[in-house]
Amino acid sequence: MGLREKLDELRQQGLKDVDSSQDLDRINDIRVKLLGKKGPIKEALRGMRDLSAEERPKIGQFANEIRDDLTRAIESKRAELEQAKINAQLAKETIDVTLPGSAVSQGQPHVIQQIIDQLVDLFIGMGYEVAVGDEVEEDHYNFEMLNLPKDHPARDMQDTFYVTPEVLMRTQTSPMQARMMEKHDFSKGPLKMISPGKVYRRDTDDATHSHQFHQVEGMVIGKHITMTDLKGTLEVVAQELFGDELKVRLRPSYFPFTEPSVEADITCFNCLGKGCSICKNTGWIEVLGAGMTHPNVLRMAGVDPDVYGGFAFGLGPDRFAMLKYGVEDIRDFYQNDVRFLTQFDQKG
Amino acid sequence: MKVSYQWLQEYLDIDVKPADLAEKIARTSVDINDVYSPSDGLKKLVVGYVESTTPHPDSDHLTLCQVNTGEDTVQIVCGAPNVVAGKKVIVALPGARIGNNIKIKRSKMRGELSEGMLCALQEIGFSENIAPKAYDEGIWFLPDDAKPGESVFPYLGMDDTIIDTDITPNRGDMFSMLGNVNDIAAFYDLKSHFKVQKVNENSSQLTSDLVAVNIADTQLAPTYKMRVIQDIQVKESPLWLQIRLWNAGIRPISNVVDVTNYILLKYGQPLHSFDYAKLPAKQIGVRFAKHEEPFVTLDEDERQLDSQDIVVTAGDKPVALAGTMGGLETAISNDTTSVALEAAIFDPILVRKQARRHDLHSESSTRFERGVNPETVETALNEAAQMIAELGGGAVTKGIVTGSERDLITPTIVLSLSRINHVLGTTLYVEEVVDIFDRLGFTTAIDGEQITVTVPARRWDVNIEADLLEEIARIYGYDNLPSTLPEQSSNIGALTERQQLIRTSRHVLEGLGLNQAISYSLTTTEKATQFQVEPHSNPMQLDYPMSQDHVAARMSLISGLLTDVAYNVARKQKDVQLYEQGRIFVTHPDQKRPEEQEHLAGVLTGELLTDNWHQTEHHVDFYDAKGIVERYLTNMALQQKISFVANHERKEMHPGRTADIYIGETLAGFIGQIHPQVAKDYKIPETYVFELNLELILAAAKKSRHYQLISKYPAISRDIALLLDEGTTNDEILAAINKKGGAHLVNVHLFDVYEGAHLPANKKSLAYTLTYQDSQGTLTEDQVNESFDKVVDYLTDQFNVEIR
Repeated sequence: MGLREKLDELRQQGLKDVDSSQDLDRINDIRVKLLGKKGPIKEALRGMRDLSAEERPKIGQFANEIRDDLTRAIESKRAELEQAKINAQLAKETIDVTLPGSAVSQGQPHVIQQIIDQLVDLFIGMGYEVAVGDEVEEDHYNFEMLNLPKDHPARDMQDTFYVTPEVLMRTQTSPMQARMMEKHDFSKGPLKMISPGKVYRRDTDDATHSHQFHQVEGMVIGKHITMTDLKGTLEVVAQELFGDELKVRLRPSYFPFTEPSVEADITCFNCLGKGCSICKNTGWIEVLGAGMTHPNVLRMAGVDPDVYGGFAFGLGPDRFAMLKYGVEDIRDFYQNDVRFLTQFDQKG
Repeated sequence: MKVSYQWLQEYLDIDVKPADLAEKIARTSVDINDVYSPSDGLKKLVVGYVESTTPHPDSDHLTLCQVNTGEDTVQIVCGAPNVVAGKKVIVALPGARIGNNIKIKRSKMRGELSEGMLCALQEIGFSENIAPKAYDEGIWFLPDDAKPGESVFPYLGMDDTIIDTDITPNRGDMFSMLGNVNDIAAFYDLKSHFKVQKVNENSSQLTSDLVAVNIADTQLAPTYKMRVIQDIQVKESPLWLQIRLWNAGIRPISNVVDVTNYILLKYGQPLHSFDYAKLPAKQIGVRFAKHEEPFVTLDEDERQLDSQDIVVTAGDKPVALAGTMGGLETAISNDTTSVALEAAIFDPILVRKQARRHDLHSESSTRFERGVNPETVETALNEAAQMIAELGGGAVTKGIVTGSERDLITPTIVLSLSRINHVLGTTLYVEEVVDIFDRLGFTTAIDGEQITVTVPARRWDVNIEADLLEEIARIYGYDNLPSTLPEQSSNIGALTERQQLIRTSRHVLEGLGLNQAISYSLTTTEKATQFQVEPHSNPMQLDYPMSQDHVAARMSLISGLLTDVAYNVARKQKDVQLYEQGRIFVTHPDQKRPEEQEHLAGVLTGELLTDNWHQTEHHVDFYDAKGIVERYLTNMALQQKISFVANHERKEMHPGRTADIYIGETLAGFIGQIHPQVAKDYKIPETYVFELNLELILAAAKKSRHYQLISKYPAISRDIALLLDEGTTNDEILAAINKKGGAHLVNVHLFDVYEGAHLPANKKSLAYTLTYQDSQGTLTEDQVNESFDKVVDYLTDQFNVEIR
């Protein structure tokens, strides 16, 4: 058998062995055996010295080809087996991805806080400052400065927790109107403020009444503030909270501290104006009270009503939350059942 | 006010649907409670003629009636005692729907066929308070000229539509048909055909010969007028008048009383009719009642009057609680032949308080409270006198006796067009503004852009420029106003640092797993006093609380949170982790109002992470609560050192599991397990709480933001385990290690605490890792060993310790 035939046989046998290998150790053995220093190819090449000078390069080239073929076959088989080994490992590591993830505790803001924060952020974006007032107020600021003298009939509308004849639990966030006007430097431009907080009324708690609830007061006073500004502002609020497609309508109303006074309704978000049980078939839902600040209120706070004017509004986050989420009992907000607290998605 | 659409149509040519009119009223005048027809939900109710009746053969109270219902005559069994042949009646035909959504079927009653039902008003939706009393025991009789087979609704005014308005306190004028007609005429630009009936003084007698009125204090009754109507007969009112009343929610009683109520609805002028003969004296006056003066009102209630009540008197004897309710003694009865009729204006505040005091809110008192049109006191009195005379067949005596009369107040207000457009944001012209005032019946004089407006007395709510602006805005229509946003201010809108820190505090605690709670600030005195960070004086108390649960202002948030836990636990919610951020109220003897302190508190009970396939349950403990507080305080980046110092003395807390929290040397809060006895009182399980005075955290100096170079050189660590006496604290060991740790000790980490079986009694093991690092170079083993040995020596020296 000539050297060429011998080499060819080596190739055939080697490729067969590689192909039939089933594990990496075996492949390694084959590599060492075939391609190692004492392997048959090296051995065969050693016999080259017996060849003629013409034959020698040809056989040498042939031997190299065979070595390369075998090397390629071995590497390819090794890669294949390694991949199979990894695949087997991964298959073994496979888990049930539908099992629940580990519990991570995270708390949520209270739904009323969410609404207040949403409003605060909205108004901050419009250049308002946030003024937080005291919950225990003077009668003077809660009533008198708001054009509600002692015998005013509107005082009947809001029964009050008095502490002393002059001190009370504030019944509204409106006392901040006078307090902020007194403090504001109008030479620096208009006063634009909102004031969120707790308020208190002498009510018996039931599904629709709570002796404690929240209000957000808003006020803008300047030289060029108009009723159309009020309307535009209320539209922004309603659409931010309840959706862009809703319309706002203003109706005449009465508050001692504004004139004109209006009540703002939005299109019922449930029926979009067709009429349903939520809007009592009117297609509208009353969401807040507002108006142009009464000249007496300006005057009492030391602001000249002939030069300055503006608007104020007050809205109830509790009522908003009840409307928005369909909460049926206002007491739910203050009893803090964890099942209640945890169902309001923060981004909602 | 229940405003009848049909009545409005008498005075206005309106062709809009009642629902549209109501919508327009809501957008322009006053709120609307409801729009309905008295016939809503009713059907197949027709006029019947009772041709004959025979007693039911098998009943002593039922009657068989042959009733002509238009085309046929049918038999209907009727149980009413007043059914009689020859009368027109209300028939509910088979298939009819009557009040309370009851359906009428052809049926047999004790063997006799009944093809329908004869109805009383109460059976077709009239409330018991409104249906005339005369027919209480039986069916209602329709007018004799009613046509059998026709719907009964037009005969009873039930085809009307009622617009029920909800009137704001300022619009007292809308408590009358006149006020509604004026406003609707203004906003629809219609001509009013409001009709006033004139009086015909057909008696030869002078009223002044019959009564004298002397109003000593005109504050009480600024206007007081009286007429007398003689020789009348008290009887049932005509049906049209009864319809007007019952559609407005007022029960028809008799012609005299019904007329006064009709005029009240038409003009908003409450009237009172006295039986002239029963007046104890003919000198009429108005005065304050005497303290505990007895008086029996129309409702037969004997009342003790208050010295702030106002009474109408006859010869100083009270005959009416002014503007609120008349006296029983002088009330109109079937025997009355002469009526003394009062039309007055009483002080609104006194009437309101008196109605409240005696719980006697009536159609009259409501109107006096909101104001009465001074223009029509006499008009109303005249028309009522005329109607009483007509309906009672009597005569009106000559002249009105006037005890007091206030001048009409007709304010004149100057406003400019530029002012109007400046405030409303509109671009109105003078002509448009003048047109609005014309429609409202306000007179105007124009001088360039100045408009001088004279307001009629019937709109007593309009007194200043702003009131006129409202009139313009609402008649022009709020819908027609454009929408704009206010000018920018120089402020950048931003939360203040304080507001931002409060918000951050909330977010941090939420991130640490606590849900935000909002509890009641007002609580019981006991709860208000518990769990104070620093013991203060007594809580602020309400003067006149509403319920025993809410009488005092809280001085800590924890008691409210524990109440929340109890609420949850009672509802089988055992895993509760909440926080609250809110005010506590601290009274100071020298201050009118309490100090309001922002606090932050948390409560943890039950499992922190619910047991699941992947994690074992973990019952909350002190260190969970402390971890939250530590993490929160780290985020607040306070410059001063935070320390937790055991406090065994807090009354409501577990003596061995409570620590005060200090910022530097200042007590800022506490943390711990609530005392088992307190837990029992609250009906809650083992619970951990913390409370921090947020004001101190807000005010405390914060670390400036800077960056610390991370050392390039390797760190070397040494572990040490110490067998110590049980009473030795981690803080003591840490202090000692840090004291002798040397310049390169960068961290001490407690990695194990062990007490128990494998240790001697009263011993515990603490194990720490000490980490050494130099920012300037690589530490050698020798350097570290030297430092570490110093620590070991010092610990050995200072404590009864065995190094393991």
